[in-house]
Amino acid sequence: MVDSIYSMCGMCAVRCPIRVEVEEGTVKWIEGNPHVPGIEGSLCAKGSAGLAFEYDSERPQHPMIRTGARGSGQWKKATWDEALDYISERLKTVAQKYGPKAIALADRGGPFTDLTKSFVKALGSPNYFDHDDTCAKNVNIACQSLFGYGRGDVGYDFANTKHIVLYGRNVFESLQVKEVNTILDAMDAGAKMTYIDVRATVTASKADKFLLIRPGTDYAFNLALIHVILKEKLYDADFCNKWVTGLAELESFVSAYTPEWAETETGIPAYDIVNLAREVSSAKPKVIFHGGWMLARYIDSFYSSRSVYVLNALMGNIETKGGLIIAKGPKDAGAKPLKSLGEGIPEVKDKIVDAEMPNKTMGTGHMVNLYKAINTGQPYPVKAFIAYRYDPIASLPDPEEQKKVLDNLDLLVSIDVNYSETGWYSDVILPEATYLERSNIISTQRGPKPGFMMRRQAVQPRYDSKPAWEIFRLILERMGAGQYFPYKGIEEIWNYQLEGTGVRIEDFNAKGLVGLAKGPILMDRNDLKFKTPSGKIEIMSQALAKNKFESLAPYVSPKKPGKGSFRLTFGRTAVHAHAQSQNNIYLNEIISENVLWINETEAKGLGIKDGDTVEVSSDGYSGRIKAKVTPFIHPEAVFMLHGFGNEIPLKTRSFKKGLRDTKFQQGLLETVDPVGGGVAYLECIVSVNKAK
Amino acid sequence: MSIYYIHQDQKRCIGCYACEVHCKTKNNVPVGPRFCRIMPVGPKMVSGIPKMNFVFMPCFHCEKPWCVSACPTGAMQKRSKDGIVFVDQSLCVGCKSCITACPWGVPQWNQETGKVIKCDYCKDRVDKGLKPACVTKCTAHALKWVSAAEASALKRERFAKEIT
Repeated sequence: MVDSIYSMCGMCAVRCPIRVEVEEGTVKWIEGNPHVPGIEGSLCAKGSAGLAFEYDSERPQHPMIRTGARGSGQWKKATWDEALDYISERLKTVAQKYGPKAIALADRGGPFTDLTKSFVKALGSPNYFDHDDTCAKNVNIACQSLFGYGRGDVGYDFANTKHIVLYGRNVFESLQVKEVNTILDAMDAGAKMTYIDVRATVTASKADKFLLIRPGTDYAFNLALIHVILKEKLYDADFCNKWVTGLAELESFVSAYTPEWAETETGIPAYDIVNLAREVSSAKPKVIFHGGWMLARYIDSFYSSRSVYVLNALMGNIETKGGLIIAKGPKDAGAKPLKSLGEGIPEVKDKIVDAEMPNKTMGTGHMVNLYKAINTGQPYPVKAFIAYRYDPIASLPDPEEQKKVLDNLDLLVSIDVNYSETGWYSDVILPEATYLERSNIISTQRGPKPGFMMRRQAVQPRYDSKPAWEIFRLILERMGAGQYFPYKGIEEIWNYQLEGTGVRIEDFNAKGLVGLAKGPILMDRNDLKFKTPSGKIEIMSQALAKNKFESLAPYVSPKKPGKGSFRLTFGRTAVHAHAQSQNNIYLNEIISENVLWINETEAKGLGIKDGDTVEVSSDGYSGRIKAKVTPFIHPEAVFMLHGFGNEIPLKTRSFKKGLRDTKFQQGLLETVDPVGGGVAYLECIVSVNKAK
Repeated sequence: MSIYYIHQDQKRCIGCYACEVHCKTKNNVPVGPRFCRIMPVGPKMVSGIPKMNFVFMPCFHCEKPWCVSACPTGAMQKRSKDGIVFVDQSLCVGCKSCITACPWGVPQWNQETGKVIKCDYCKDRVDKGLKPACVTKCTAHALKWVSAAEASALKRERFAKEIT
């Protein structure tokens, strides 16, 4: 008897829709959901390796309470009652002494945060954080300052586009299955791709044009591109006149930023910049400038990301086929949204800890600011921190500095399916049931065709683990807040969420998701709605002005590393997800260790040959790694894959294999973009020598 | 050659190794042997683009398989109905003659059992009217399960598209 269950993958944060086959309680087969266009069965390597993950024993099997010093690796096995009592007693002590606002939780964000946000709210704390400071924060806030919509609400219609411009957005390795297929289909139908990066990735190899850029100069490149577009009147004048404010200011601002000037900054020939401006203009409005991921890791990333969105606006590509489409929710489809689990919980009066910090960046909920508060006790102490399926020690810069900060906590809890670096440093590890062993709350899929999607349990947990909703309920019960989360089972939660929507649980049985719109919903281009104060696309942003930030900031040239020194860049491969998957038997088999990409001319000057072991150092920390000598990386940069160098001995296959990029980023924990607040990882200079 | 063929569209293949993992999870292959491989070649600068190729290497299921001729016990067999070449595990004595014989390194050594294992196009799936795991779940739909005759048609189609 084979059961077929529609669910959502959990091997990375993309959460592709999947179909799982279960035979006698065992997962036998996982494939991409065949009903979803762009997926149709396809699944990436990580997705298939979910099966190996499920049947791996090198993951937390029961609650663990620390017995030695933090990070010592000394644990005792605990029952759920013991672990939850331990946690709630300490949470109560913290709440009594400092108020419930001294309890913080961070997760990675995503479609299930109604659960975590409601949990934090039920505890009476305003301190919910996500991982976006190390991801898209600069992009998100830049996008918001222009359109009033965040990055996640401005989608890309790759399917119908004619030209895609990517800045270090390595779509074919840091991949989302549906996006891969949509882009490949568009390219099959004749769409062009321009790829700009400091190294040649798989995406570069598939592009029509590859531009190797000097690290940290994307903003210069864009300013020159805008210069040409305005000077040669290559923009969509009708659209801009109607919907864009500040064009005159922009034109005068970019007047000095010529392509010839940009060539000296970026290393990209002026004629390539002029040609790109003309090419995209001839394809407009079916042009997409991707807002960027790896673009967002420098100290000036807010403005470089903002310039990307300005380029989109100049192309008049907003809310049109082949351009940028504002995401729609259930309401836009005439449906009722899911009922929030937090609806009946009293509003929290305290302000989030970074609401009024000095030198405040835009927005709140910055993870780096939570660290600041934990470290200084200002503006008020935060003494308990729960990291839910989130591993800041592995992902934020400078793990050793982070550990010092976390030592100020009275309680550090990690809830995860993996042994994470943060878990290893925690007081308690609570094992969450894996994505194949648990159901989640129903999620809303925003986009041109909004819908609801379900992750549904396929098999029983193999170990003594629990789904997150149950863990949070059990903590709230112990904290005397059980009335805010009275659900005894997941179906009870689903029914609550679906109240009044007209959708029933069984509607998810056939395909795992429920669509709310027949076709894509597009706003009338004569009646667009932007969520800015003026209702238009604000090149001169009122929100930025209000916070005393410039809308058009002068370009600052990044420092050139000295001889034998390089900017440490990092990135992804198609077979690993952040620092989560390196221990997976099948993924580890393909890539078990990272290497250091170094430019061949630079390497020659240092006497380094391909395959040599080199010593990489920064501020007293150093590590050894094999060199990959290649002409396909900018001479100022070296590169390594992120996520290696695991220090948890229980993950035997990946233990101490390769180097961890974040360990070189010393002193960068508080180095953020001054406007967007995103972590400036790439402001990291390392020296490289042949190992003796 | 078997009546089937796995066509790889180089234009779509992104070298993500998913096919290898689809195969390993489906066939429960231990760490070490791999029934199919993606062999990356390049990058090499071609008209300003750092071109890479990802060569997909499953078993080709030859018409006259070297491995079958070399096998002294009859463990390595060609299925008469469709030409799929497979190993009968109960007959394999681990002599490795097939490993020596195959020009493409297809037969794999299973050190857990001391026998040879290899790609059989997921014949249990094929017998149910399904496609091999690598094709079914290929991330980019770059692999296609076709007849040998269709494969050449696809190749011509892609070539024509490329030059226009």
